[in-house]
Amino acid sequence: MKRALGLMAEFGTPDEVTAAARTLRASGYRQLDAYVPYPVEGLDEALGFRRSWLNWGAGAAGAFGAAFAFWIQWITNHRLLPLNIGGRPSFAIAAFLIIVFETMVLFTGVAAFVLFFWTCRLPKLAHPLFRVEGFESASVDRFWLGVSADDDQFDVERTESELRRLGATRIEIARGVS
Amino acid sequence: MALIVGQPTDAELTDQLLSPLWGRKSRGWLIAYAIAGLGTLVLLVLATWTVCVGIGLWGNNIPVAWAFAITNFVWWIGIGHAGTFISAILLLFEQRWRTSINRFAEAMTLFAVMQAGLFPILHLGRPWFFYWLLPYPATMQVWPNFKSALPWDAAAVFTYFTISLLFWYLGALPDLAAVRDRTPKRWQKVVYGVLALGWRGSVNHLRHYRIVYGLLGGLATPLVLSVHSVVSSDFAIAQLSGWHSTIFPPYFVAGAIFSGFAMVLTLMVPIRRVFRFQNVITDDHLDNVGKLLLATGWVVDYAYFCEWALAWYGGEKGEMYTMFHGLPFSENAWAFWITMFCNVVVTQAFWFRRVRRSAAIAWVLSIVINIGMWCERFSIIVLSLQRGHLPSMWHAYHPTFVDWGILFGTIAFFALLYLGFLRWFPVVPTSEVRELNHTLARERAEARP
Repeated sequence: MKRALGLMAEFGTPDEVTAAARTLRASGYRQLDAYVPYPVEGLDEALGFRRSWLNWGAGAAGAFGAAFAFWIQWITNHRLLPLNIGGRPSFAIAAFLIIVFETMVLFTGVAAFVLFFWTCRLPKLAHPLFRVEGFESASVDRFWLGVSADDDQFDVERTESELRRLGATRIEIARGVS
Repeated sequence: MALIVGQPTDAELTDQLLSPLWGRKSRGWLIAYAIAGLGTLVLLVLATWTVCVGIGLWGNNIPVAWAFAITNFVWWIGIGHAGTFISAILLLFEQRWRTSINRFAEAMTLFAVMQAGLFPILHLGRPWFFYWLLPYPATMQVWPNFKSALPWDAAAVFTYFTISLLFWYLGALPDLAAVRDRTPKRWQKVVYGVLALGWRGSVNHLRHYRIVYGLLGGLATPLVLSVHSVVSSDFAIAQLSGWHSTIFPPYFVAGAIFSGFAMVLTLMVPIRRVFRFQNVITDDHLDNVGKLLLATGWVVDYAYFCEWALAWYGGEKGEMYTMFHGLPFSENAWAFWITMFCNVVVTQAFWFRRVRRSAAIAWVLSIVINIGMWCERFSIIVLSLQRGHLPSMWHAYHPTFVDWGILFGTIAFFALLYLGFLRWFPVVPTSEVRELNHTLARERAEARP
């Protein structure tokens, strides 16, 4: 028998899952996550998640991209191969800015994309949750609340009865090796 | 405004929007796919021939060195802009009507930019040296000249394509997961399971997802304005009459969004009819796209007027000649008059509510506008080049069948990619439509006393 990773409870509406998350958190649970078919307003606060930090990471990458593009244009067009075309300056900030801008956007976007997958530990094609019966509905019209077995408050029977009291229509045990 | 007709449940919506992926292939689709495949084959043959023999196969000459290749490039790139406008700018403005149409508009962007990218590469003559545009450490120590508009172009188009692709794919993740979970076919579970990358709708992931999605939308927004501005610099920084003008960046951006909306309409009408998506792509969607066509059309018309007014007021001989004689009366002047007819006259039909809301009429007009916009780029490029400052250099341009073949070949290739997308990809963002459905239901409940 594989170790129980936690309990998964299915809810019918976004309001129920948000209310359940808020109640569980208020009664001391900390290792919670929800699985929803579309973003639910206020659910991340109810679960105690903080705002994502990714925009700062992406912004840093963008700043680096801009500096890099400026440096490469400066060193190639001004230092290594200054071309005199119609007497125009070889160090031409206005002309360089376009590529600086495009590179900044490119680095920001790619960094945001890569950092997103890195923080979420995706791609992960095989995950214990996919073996939870009925979990397919999480991408369609049901809202699942997960309580990790690592939570200090976790106790299979007690947590299950709490979830049921909060209106869960279905409760499954997630099992896995991790 | 009716964004979703009726009050469907989430499961009903999901099944309706995704079922084309596992439904039976229609005969119409197969025939269309076969025709598009044949056209793509023509493109492949002609492009290969061009690469082997050289661009002497085209009608290009000196002074008309850019001709079809750059006309097609500008036209295709411009078409892409409306997709980004819908998916990014309307996202930032919180326009809900973008929800159901943003996925296929963004796909249009990607496929259009792919066609656009072919032309500068083929036009190089020796496409295998395309990497000379990049600053790589070569033994000859020759570096690209970054004060030229061509490296700007390369940077702008590459960034545009990459950001659009990431934005589009990220937006599709929840839908790919929904296909994985909902499809009755085993092989689709595997394929879409891999494409969904293990997405499980975790709120812990979603809090990052929403930031990144918004960020990519925010990044794509300035690209709508910058890409065609950079493309217009290819012209504006040259000394040629008809090109050397500061009005070019906004003029090109407006033209791009205008032609793009025409293409959105061209694609939207058949999609909603064939897939019976009239309940999520409603008449109000048609109406809004029609209004945007009218608005951007007027910006374009105003830009035409400005060009003439500036030439007249400036009084420079070459500019006056190009604007008032070269464009309307020289060889190939048909392009100029078709442009005027399609973009100035025909566009006015969208003042009428009945035209905007009639799918058939709007569809026909959208194709007319597409043709008009192609002719506009043709007249800017070819008609200006034909009549330079030195009359002894004047020379007319005549496209060859290879030119025409490659143009229609890219249209076929676009159609091929698009038909594939319609068949194998979630065309309407189900996750976002469900969210909208939920919001609408809540608003209805609140409105009730």
